Amino acid sequence: MQLFVTCLVDRFYPGVGDAVVSVLERLGLDVIVPSDQTCCGQPAFNGGFVRDAAAMAKQTIDVLTARPDPVIVPSGSCADMIVNHYPELFQDDEQYGPRARDLAARTFEFSQFLVDVLGVTPPACPDGPRLAYHASCHGLRGLGLRDQPRRVLHAVAGDRACDLPDAEVCCGFGGLFAVKMPAISGAMLDAKLDAIAQSGANAVVATDVSCLMHIGGGLHRRGSPVRVLHIAEVVAGDRRD
Amino acid sequence: MTSAAAFYRRIDDALANTRVRQALASTMTRLADRRTDALASLPDSDALRDQARRIRAHTIAHLDRYLETFATNAEARGCRIHWAPTAADATRIVVEIAREAGITLAVKSKSMVTEEIELNAALEAAGVRVVETDLGEFVVQVGEDRPSHIIAPIVHRRREDVARLFQEKLGARPEEVADVAAITAFARRTLRRDFLQAGMGISGVNMAVADSGSVCLVTNEGNGRLTTTLPRVHVAVMGLERVVPTAADLGVLLQLLARSATGQALSVYTNVISGPRRPAGSGSPNAGEPDGPDAIHVVIVDNGRTKMLDGPLAEMLYCIRCGACLNVCPVYRHIGGHAYGGVYPGPMGAVVSPGQMGLDAWSELPQASSLCGACRDVCPVRIDLPRLLLTLRAQAAERELTPWWLRLGMPLYAAVATRPALYQWLGSMAARVAHGVARGGWVRRLPGPLAGWTASRDFPAPARRSFLQSYEERRGRTERPS
Repeated sequence: MQLFVTCLVDRFYPGVGDAVVSVLERLGLDVIVPSDQTCCGQPAFNGGFVRDAAAMAKQTIDVLTARPDPVIVPSGSCADMIVNHYPELFQDDEQYGPRARDLAARTFEFSQFLVDVLGVTPPACPDGPRLAYHASCHGLRGLGLRDQPRRVLHAVAGDRACDLPDAEVCCGFGGLFAVKMPAISGAMLDAKLDAIAQSGANAVVATDVSCLMHIGGGLHRRGSPVRVLHIAEVVAGDRRD
Repeated sequence: MTSAAAFYRRIDDALANTRVRQALASTMTRLADRRTDALASLPDSDALRDQARRIRAHTIAHLDRYLETFATNAEARGCRIHWAPTAADATRIVVEIAREAGITLAVKSKSMVTEEIELNAALEAAGVRVVETDLGEFVVQVGEDRPSHIIAPIVHRRREDVARLFQEKLGARPEEVADVAAITAFARRTLRRDFLQAGMGISGVNMAVADSGSVCLVTNEGNGRLTTTLPRVHVAVMGLERVVPTAADLGVLLQLLARSATGQALSVYTNVISGPRRPAGSGSPNAGEPDGPDAIHVVIVDNGRTKMLDGPLAEMLYCIRCGACLNVCPVYRHIGGHAYGGVYPGPMGAVVSPGQMGLDAWSELPQASSLCGACRDVCPVRIDLPRLLLTLRAQAAERELTPWWLRLGMPLYAAVATRPALYQWLGSMAARVAHGVARGGWVRRLPGPLAGWTASRDFPAPARRSFLQSYEERRGRTERPS
């Protein structure tokens, strides 16, 4: 399979990329990391810059359709972009339309790939931080990933998993929204941070580092000892503490 | 002040009001939970929503035909139909009706379209006193306020606020506003006099039924029924998208409307009004109908709706105004309805306001969303609100209504991201700079337009070596013969 690592993992959380590779290789899979991959184009797409989004999407399609293997993405949001928005973006494009649909059909978010494609649940790991799961919006509502990440987490963490109140409410990241509408985004983040404090967790887990970058930045600003972990790091047994 | 600056100021004002925010959050949670339970009580709510969407999609695709059918059938029942292309036309029409009928007092049930066309101000200017009779709208009117939610107009007011308002403005005694029941009873007594004296009743229209020429009005307080039956003239103001083909279609939508709005199976009153009273032997389909007003006027308002009809926003016209998207929207929950500026707040308002009134004055509203999709999940007619917000954002970008730094930055970012080697190199340069200013791996203040991020959270410094760089180095090593 191919790993589309996403721009944020590549530049901000390289350890998450390592964790994904390590988990997949431990499952005996041959992981290919296409070297020319950059950004899926979602920031431009969500900002309304359709031409720029299409340019980045074409670059990504070129890189990921050079081989026929499934594509694993450690981000529900970027996977949603490829699965739901690429086909829409190239609906009337004779060249990229079919390739976008082909790519969409074999692109999977990390936990979705483990549960729905491989049908594996990772081994239990009773020791480690108490984990609260935040459901990232685009994976949850765009790809319908309600159970898959939770099943993976419960398999690994068991009793270490805590309930996060309003786990399915947006953390306020929203890409450029966090920069363009900082007051609203900050208010949403505050509500999320309060919920995390209430949960009693030592670490927040999500399928997307975008949310984790946002939540993590808020936790650090508050001086909270709570850490953020990508779900692949939990499966790989990484602690980052 | 630009509309954008005014919008940001309203956001700041709203966020500073913690009292209102707390009340809003708990009310919204309660409404959203009730909706979930109410939909679960249906045998197959998903199938019903699919059916409701098909009805709305079909109707909007053939809107001209169904409006004509409705108009013809309503006229046959003795209603007068008026077409109002603009808000000004609509208010002029209602003012003329009032003038001809010699009206000096009108009672009104809750209607968002009359808020939209600012009907009250036009009638008052023409010497007609207008009394809002929905309890929430009455409080809005007495307080010279504006509704902040399309279903719950005074969700931003607490009971104590209303008690004080009634004492100050209406001379209520303390015992008359001691609790909600007393406040309601006081409003009833006050309003009853006006109901009995008013010559005109003004209502909105939840749905108009084409094949019977009826208008349907749902309310919870009975004021809608009094408004449409006691006064001698009833004026029903409807947005032109509010038509359905048949009574069976109305039945489908009614099963979802109150459930989605308030979690009720049905609202307390569901009125289907099919023409005014007519004496026996009058030859009208209503002949022998002894009840109702002498005259019913239906004012069908466009006011920008047909602008959406032929474009990518047409789906917004499926909306049945239940307010479910407001109740679940995390943005609405924090900033409330007034911050949106328009009559329609929340996700639906962020599409309707620019859709009807144009993007120039409303280009910020579609930006005020994290695109979390909670609205799309609860919409009874499955409007893809995030997609419509994206459509408006694309229109805003096309017309250069976006901030300069994005207009400049985004094509630049795309140019770099389509050149992988340059992308990696610039990423490393940026990481180096960031590590120069970071403390312990975190940046506390980002420059320029990015300062918004560090207003309420720290920013992690990028890794000095990206995943791809280190991965390739490692693989390079393992592949080299030792």
